[in-house]
Amino acid sequence: MATGLNPSYFIALSAALFAIGLYGAISRKNAIAVLISIELMLTAVNINLVAFNKFLTPEAFIGQIFAIFVITVAAAEVGLGLAIVIAIYRNRKSVDLDDFDWMKW
Amino acid sequence: MENIYSFIAFILLSGMVLGSALLVVTLKNLVHSVLWLIVTFVGVAGIFLLLNADFVAAVQVLVYAGAVCIMIAFGVMLVQRIDMANSNSVNWRFKIAAPLVGGLFIVIGLLTARAQWVAAGQEVPEKTVQNLAPILMQDFLIPFEVAAILLTVALTGALVLVKEVKANGDRS
Repeated sequence: MATGLNPSYFIALSAALFAIGLYGAISRKNAIAVLISIELMLTAVNINLVAFNKFLTPEAFIGQIFAIFVITVAAAEVGLGLAIVIAIYRNRKSVDLDDFDWMKW
Repeated sequence: MENIYSFIAFILLSGMVLGSALLVVTLKNLVHSVLWLIVTFVGVAGIFLLLNADFVAAVQVLVYAGAVCIMIAFGVMLVQRIDMANSNSVNWRFKIAAPLVGGLFIVIGLLTARAQWVAAGQEVPEKTVQNLAPILMQDFLIPFEVAAILLTVALTGALVLVKEVKANGDRS
C-alpha cells in the first residue's frame, strides 16, 4: 500500500468526530448549535466514505461520489434548517430548543 | 520515508480536526463556535487530500468552509439576542450525552480493532479528478440531476420560509 496508514486510523478519527457531533446535538440548547453539530456528524461520515474508497476500491470512485452527494444534501439541509429557525424566531423570539413545544398536546 | 511523513501529517490533521471540533461543541459563544467550525472543515479537507481525494477536498473547502459556515454565521447574526457571550449554553441532557457518546466511540473502536481488512491491492490512479467526471456524468447522471433539483427546491423553499408574513396572511 502506498502509505503506512491503514483504514483503522481513519475510522477511529471519524468515530471520534461523530461522537463529538452527537454530544453537541444532544446537549446544546441553541437550535443553530444543533445544526452545526449535525454538520460535524455528516463530515465524519464523509471521512469514512472517502477512506473506504481509497483502501478498498481505489479504481471505482464510488465513495467519493457518495461524499459529494452527502455534501450537496448537507448544504440544502443547513439552508432549510436556518430558514426554519429564523421563521420560528420571528414568532417566538427564542432559539432555545426547549421552547419549541407548540406541537405538544 | 513517505510513510513517516503521511503518518505525521495524519496525526497533525486529526489533532487539528478533533481539537477544533471539541471547541465547537463546548464554547459558550456561538460565533466562536462557527469560526472554529471553519478550522474543523479545513482540517477535514486536509484529511481528504491525504486520502487522494483532491476533488472532494476542493468541494469541502468551497461548500463547507466557504458557503455553509458563512450562511450559519449570518443565521446567528439574524436571530441572536443581546447576550451573545452566553448564547450557547448546555441543557440538562449533557449528563446522559457524555456517557452515551463515550460508549458509542468505544463500541466503534472495538469493532474497528477486531476487523480484518482486505486490502484492494490496487494503486490509486494518478489522476483522480479526471476519472471522477465520466462516472459522475454517465453512471450517476440521474442522481446528479436529482441533486440539482433538490438544491433548487430546498433553496426556494428556504426563501419562502423566511419571507415576512403580513398580519392578514398574504405574503406579497
